[in-house]
Amino acid sequence: MNKKPKLTKDMFLPVDNDFKEAEKIARPSLSYWADVWIRLRENRLAMIGLITIIVLIIMAIIGPYLNSYTFYEQDFTKKNLRPNAEHWFGTDSSGRDLFTRAWYGARISLFIGFMAAFIDFVIGVFYGGISGIRGGKTDNIMMRIAEVLYAIPFLLMVILIMIVLERGLWSIIIAMSITGWIQMARLVRGQVLQLKENEFVQAATAMGASTSWILRKHMIPNTMGPILVNITLSVPTAIFVEATLSFLGLGIPAPQASWGTMASDALGSILIGNFYQLMIPAALISLTMFAFNVFGDGLRDALDPKLRK
Amino acid sequence: MLKYSLKRICLALVTLWVIITLTFLLMHSIPGNPFAQEGSMPKAVYDNLQSYYNLDKPLLTQYGLYLQSLLQLDFGPSLKSSSISVNDYIKNGFPISLHLGAQAMVIAITFGLIFGVIASLNRNKWPDYVAMVLAIIGISVPNFILATILINYLAVEWHLFPVATWKSWSHTVLPSIALAMMPMAYIARLMRSSMLEVLSQDYILTAKSKGLSRYSVIFKHAIRNAMLPIVTVLGILIANLVTGSFIIESIFGIPGMGEMFVKGIFNRDYPVILGSTIFYSAILIFLILIVDLAYTWIDPRIKVPGGRK
Repeated sequence: MNKKPKLTKDMFLPVDNDFKEAEKIARPSLSYWADVWIRLRENRLAMIGLITIIVLIIMAIIGPYLNSYTFYEQDFTKKNLRPNAEHWFGTDSSGRDLFTRAWYGARISLFIGFMAAFIDFVIGVFYGGISGIRGGKTDNIMMRIAEVLYAIPFLLMVILIMIVLERGLWSIIIAMSITGWIQMARLVRGQVLQLKENEFVQAATAMGASTSWILRKHMIPNTMGPILVNITLSVPTAIFVEATLSFLGLGIPAPQASWGTMASDALGSILIGNFYQLMIPAALISLTMFAFNVFGDGLRDALDPKLRK
Repeated sequence: MLKYSLKRICLALVTLWVIITLTFLLMHSIPGNPFAQEGSMPKAVYDNLQSYYNLDKPLLTQYGLYLQSLLQLDFGPSLKSSSISVNDYIKNGFPISLHLGAQAMVIAITFGLIFGVIASLNRNKWPDYVAMVLAIIGISVPNFILATILINYLAVEWHLFPVATWKSWSHTVLPSIALAMMPMAYIARLMRSSMLEVLSQDYILTAKSKGLSRYSVIFKHAIRNAMLPIVTVLGILIANLVTGSFIIESIFGIPGMGEMFVKGIFNRDYPVILGSTIFYSAILIFLILIVDLAYTWIDPRIKVPGGRK
């Protein structure tokens, strides 16, 4: 038993280099998000969308400072001017510079879009997360409530709330958030119910992790993909709803401007031949909707591991 | 199946009740009084008006009275014109809105399916790109802008169609197209992806290898199966059409329910807003219920009891 194994020197020679080569990982290891990014980059349409979104955001920040006009300054000697060297997008029926107003409107419209999406995200993740993690009776009751609220026509509800609230930026955002979060909550709940069965969550529960810990550290990071897609697609919806509200006279009050109010203001001057006044906000709204929609679609495809090559 | 249907019907009724209650409370939480703006009104007249509209009673009694009259399908009087009740508005407006909506839905489904099928059969060739560009435009351009562009070119400049109002069939063309564009685009995109999925299924391969003609593979096997997801989104699309019709109707000056709703908003005519919201919601909930029940009936693969949330 106490006989030592015989050790010879050749046992301690370095391994063949060929053998090491075979073990080497040829491709760099990629995190999930790096992989998503690679797939997203290959989707040309989605990249066009992303670049458009970035350009729009940059212009919303710097656009209003690019010339010397302000968004509220009226000059009745320069009404309804077509686009020219002085007023790059022309002026509206009150003689306001449309270039400045367009980018000022971009700020408001994009802010409403992002803010509404963000609030939906926060409420939706909490509501759906808690409902999914608790399960059982809590889940049942919470989901029944959500189901009833979800059946209420979204635009009708927003319009009604806007009639009651005073017109303004935050009223619009609140009105949209009151029922807007439900879709997100349902999405998160579905994902959480799936994830809950996974071993890493059971392990965390067994080690005494609290509900909020599990939600923050395990559930949200793992659900981030579908959530991101949902956020991307709810930004254009919010901008669209805002435009519709403006058309109904329930949008941002003057002198502030959003793309929606610019478009509905312009409707009045179409019949006297000032079609360009509508085309500017219309093109910007459509471009934004287009950019977010194609980017969201691309993101959804990129997040789907089944499409991995 | 019966149990599931009953459950869905109960849920629909609860939803309707929640909507009625919420709208009622919202409309009565608006600060101020609808008759305050009429200026120097004798007190007796004011009191009479108040009691005619039950505004002098406590809120709960008003709510009870309103529910009672709703059960008798009476939506109450309008605040702005004493001779016309909300029921009259609905009776006059609804057939027109129904006509417009049905026509738009037929256009949306027909062309949506055609574009989707053509795109999927010519994947990544020019018909696919043309159809998908059309679809993206349909989703990106808000309907009031599309309507204005249609009026500006097809009606004002080229005189192909009348500009507005609702008299002959040619008056219905432009509003129907404007209303149909968004759901059409949606159906086209969905149909394309659904067709692509179905075409890659084994049973299509089997059908082809049996030597069936291309016609019968596409029409008998592919399209019929690919249409199923379209049925699930019909509810959302109908909701979209209904809410879209407010704007289309008021742009084209069509005397339908949508125009009445928009006028109600501008005039702050609360009974009209309340009545049309409830009427719209009831119709929407009913249609969505039918679509849901039809879906379980069309697709035998869906097992109803407990199988679907």
